[in-house]
Amino acid sequence: MEFLSYLVSGISLGSIYALIALGYTMVYGIAKMLNFAHGDVIMVGAFVIFTVSTTWGLSPVVGVLISIVFCTLFGMLIEKVAYKPLRKASSLAVLITAIGVSYLLQNAAQLIFGSSTKSFTSVVNIPALRLFDGALVISGETIATIIISIIIMIALTLFINKTKPGRAMLAVAEDRGAAQLMGINVNATISLTFAIGSGLAAVAGALLCSAYPALSPTTGAMPGIKAFTAAVFGGIGSIPGAMIGGILLGVIENLSKGYISTQLSDAIVFAVLIIVLLVKPTGILGKKINEKV
Amino acid sequence: MAKQKRVLKQSTKSDFITYAMLAVAFIVVEVLTFTGNISSLLSGLLVPLCAYSILAVSLNLVVGILGDLSLGHAGFMCIGAYVSAFFSVTCADAIPQTWLRFLIAILLGGTVAGIFGFLIGIPVLRLKGDYLAIVTLAFGEIIKNIVNLLFVGIDENGLHVSLESANALNLTENGKVIIKGALGITGTPRDANFVIGFILLVITVFVALNLINSRTGRAAMSIRDNRIAAESVGINVTKYKLIVFSVSAFFAGIAGVLYAHNLSSLTATTKNFGYNMSIMILVFVVLGGIGSTRGSIIAAVILTALPEVLRGLNDYRMLIYAIVLILLMLANNNEKLNAYKEKISITNLFKNKKAGNTLDKEANS
Amino acid sequence: MKMKKVLAVLLAVTMVVLCFAACGKSNDASGEKNTNSTGEKTIKIGLSGPLTGSAAQYGNGVKNGAQLAVDEINEAGGINGIKLEFKMEDDEADAEKAKNAYNTLKDWGMQLSLGAVTSGACIAFQGEASVDNMFVLTPSATAVDAINGDNAFRVCFADPQQGVESADYIADKKLATKVAVIYDSSDAYSSGIYEAFSAEAAKKGLEIVTAQSFTADTKTDFSAQIQAIKSSGAELVFLPIYYSEASLILQTAKNAGLNVTFFGCDGLDGILTMENFDASLAEGVMLLTPFAKDATDDYTVKFVTKYKAKYGEDTMNQFAADAYDGVYIIKQAVEKAGITADMTSSEICDALKVAMTQIEYTGVTAKGMTWSANGEPTKPPIVVKIENGAYTIL
Repeated sequence: MEFLSYLVSGISLGSIYALIALGYTMVYGIAKMLNFAHGDVIMVGAFVIFTVSTTWGLSPVVGVLISIVFCTLFGMLIEKVAYKPLRKASSLAVLITAIGVSYLLQNAAQLIFGSSTKSFTSVVNIPALRLFDGALVISGETIATIIISIIIMIALTLFINKTKPGRAMLAVAEDRGAAQLMGINVNATISLTFAIGSGLAAVAGALLCSAYPALSPTTGAMPGIKAFTAAVFGGIGSIPGAMIGGILLGVIENLSKGYISTQLSDAIVFAVLIIVLLVKPTGILGKKINEKV
Repeated sequence: MAKQKRVLKQSTKSDFITYAMLAVAFIVVEVLTFTGNISSLLSGLLVPLCAYSILAVSLNLVVGILGDLSLGHAGFMCIGAYVSAFFSVTCADAIPQTWLRFLIAILLGGTVAGIFGFLIGIPVLRLKGDYLAIVTLAFGEIIKNIVNLLFVGIDENGLHVSLESANALNLTENGKVIIKGALGITGTPRDANFVIGFILLVITVFVALNLINSRTGRAAMSIRDNRIAAESVGINVTKYKLIVFSVSAFFAGIAGVLYAHNLSSLTATTKNFGYNMSIMILVFVVLGGIGSTRGSIIAAVILTALPEVLRGLNDYRMLIYAIVLILLMLANNNEKLNAYKEKISITNLFKNKKAGNTLDKEANS
Repeated sequence: MKMKKVLAVLLAVTMVVLCFAACGKSNDASGEKNTNSTGEKTIKIGLSGPLTGSAAQYGNGVKNGAQLAVDEINEAGGINGIKLEFKMEDDEADAEKAKNAYNTLKDWGMQLSLGAVTSGACIAFQGEASVDNMFVLTPSATAVDAINGDNAFRVCFADPQQGVESADYIADKKLATKVAVIYDSSDAYSSGIYEAFSAEAAKKGLEIVTAQSFTADTKTDFSAQIQAIKSSGAELVFLPIYYSEASLILQTAKNAGLNVTFFGCDGLDGILTMENFDASLAEGVMLLTPFAKDATDDYTVKFVTKYKAKYGEDTMNQFAADAYDGVYIIKQAVEKAGITADMTSSEICDALKVAMTQIEYTGVTAKGMTWSANGEPTKPPIVVKIENGAYTIL
């Protein structure tokens, strides 16, 4: 029973990592950049919901919708201002700019909302599932997170493989230059990627703060790094990989907390990651890159 | 052949500018100190500036020369800091001569970090790109995580180590707990000063520049530019990668020694030895121009001093810092601005414009 | 290579700025350093603490509390006619930044200090201050080593003291015999209390059935810890942590159906003033705290009213209260020692060292506080229980 409980909470944590990792992996696959500011967009999304539904007193659903719209536009804005001018620069230059954006968002949030932690009201309204006379409790947030993550994953896969803009994304990911020659608007495609990635971040923010209701300007930083790890774990650039990587990371983290040591859980998670990458150097579902001379 | 000779000569000239820049900086600081015109803030910043410059120069070896993205550099710094601080606290009474104790501490911190660099390098350097980045990040986090749990005490029976608590060390009455878990090491003798820090920086720069211009450096750069081609002409990829990686870890360890001996409290937090610091060092390297030793130092100095210079802005300090960082990156990669810079370039005066361009293109490839 | 030109120019500019700062500061030092803009004599009090980053919420409370006290004192005509000047520099709760903050304050002309807010930063701050013989009275740095040296004192309890007091209280009041602990193993404050608590618990016959921990990097999900506690059969959970994490733990415990008593230390104070916090989660939580905002004594009522009006309720916790008291303690010691504005920091420190051991202070956080020469305060601990969303003093 204990095992089941650790497993369930691991999946719950993992599906949030997965949701964040989806955003990471999409942006990486198409724009070829590690968007370290992604975690902070989550924080921005959560603060929008907090402002709309707690400070203004509107319904949480309205809050989530406004947050998604806001983050989508916000993501496109960041892309236009901070990343687009660096399209021709090395990918490391963009990485550093992303770090700058991350600092900027955290500090701006602190100036606007103050530094103290806020208690987030859950936007999920599903009752908890109590099994085996309350020995195993699956919270509504967990159920919602898992279902939403799966829906988003399927929707994203369909979008990318079946629609025209989705295929354009695939083409840009494959070869930016060739895609441009084929008449694909590369800038618009990358902009769309950021829009979707940031919209996903808003959803992730809503679920993250519903499950773990403490909100502060640094809320997004750590889950962001964990999700980045998860994305690499699953094979960066791969959408099902991000999903699997995220959930595995959450499960390993919680099982090692439960059975080995709460203090060393981080070290254990990273050790497993190292071993996996040494055996499969491009992550679980990563594509093997054939080198040419 | 003739062309190669010219390139070599130009790189010597570029190295000369680097040393000259260091010398001028040293003289300016010494004159300021001597005439009493230095603020407490600046004099307190001197050692950290040296330490961060060393970190940037050493990471530049991995990122610029090896072409690998390492996000675990702070881990080696952490090892150097803890090993040397542990040594200095333990032997504070046994070795009263400050210079001797600090010399041993420097060598010890650097060597242990170098050994860790070698051991971690063996598996890690097989990976590429972002996978290598994430694995180095993982190693860095593991080091920080374990150091945070480490309790080490000493008594007449020798060393006691525990990952649980100070009580679990079972020390005798005369025993002393030196590393206290999350509380770290307190009371490290503050042996570091600007002159020592500066000497260490010059040594680091000397080794780095010579390594770059040596057979090893050229081999490493050929691996960076094309691994398969390098392999096919008989270059031992693993060997050269390991050499550069270990040297880089060694100097990161030395920077850690400087860091630890500059403060009376040493703890391993996300800020100083976690991924945040590793990323910060990477920012120095990228902003300074990947592959450029001089640029790494300049960027390290500017970005370390900037938050302090901005203190007058109070609450807006870190916000402005972030904006400046973004603007610097954008300005650095702005084509029009770069063309303009080319016109007014100082290097033109030294007439080695071409060497500069070649290096830069190499770096960005 | 190209970009380095611009960098070189920037470096030159930075250097020039720093040099000017240097010259400006040293001119200050040689001239009339202790007068404010209106030409009055002042004493300059410095403080270092986190104002940005994840610990900023604690630093901001201290800043507001100290500023409130300084403003009150100045409005009332200062200390023996001498006005106070107060300045806080950001250290991001980092040791190295604390050293920079100390040096910046020194350049400003700081004559005495409130030390630093967090433990690691305060040890580094005190490392510098003890060399200069600068007076330090930290409101909130709880690590034992934070006040090493005879120039440093503190307002709050030290970590071991809180651990021991908590274990004694739990054992003496027979709250439980089987105790579980959740602590932050990457935090000096939390692991310091835990260590003292576990040693004292063993002496008092309390059984620690499980000690769970988390780190700064794993403070999102606490379900594994709560599950382990649930299976361990503990009757009480000891939480030597800060309130932000505690709010998550309480939520997780409720979701998992864990019904036990929670007992915390001063870090838990502030949980009720967290914006939008569901106070019913904290019902029945007990904590050791120097500050109860619902207390009815004159000091607390005055502090709470003024603080709320000026800064709101967000940061009104023991950090703010300790800092507020810290300034008033300095006032009392300065009066006792007969400090004048033209004394150097070293002279002030020597005089205050003696005065601190002679004064008895009553304020928001304690009645009849006294200090020994090692800097530790003597004051009775207060245990409160949260009932109907407010503190009840036990």
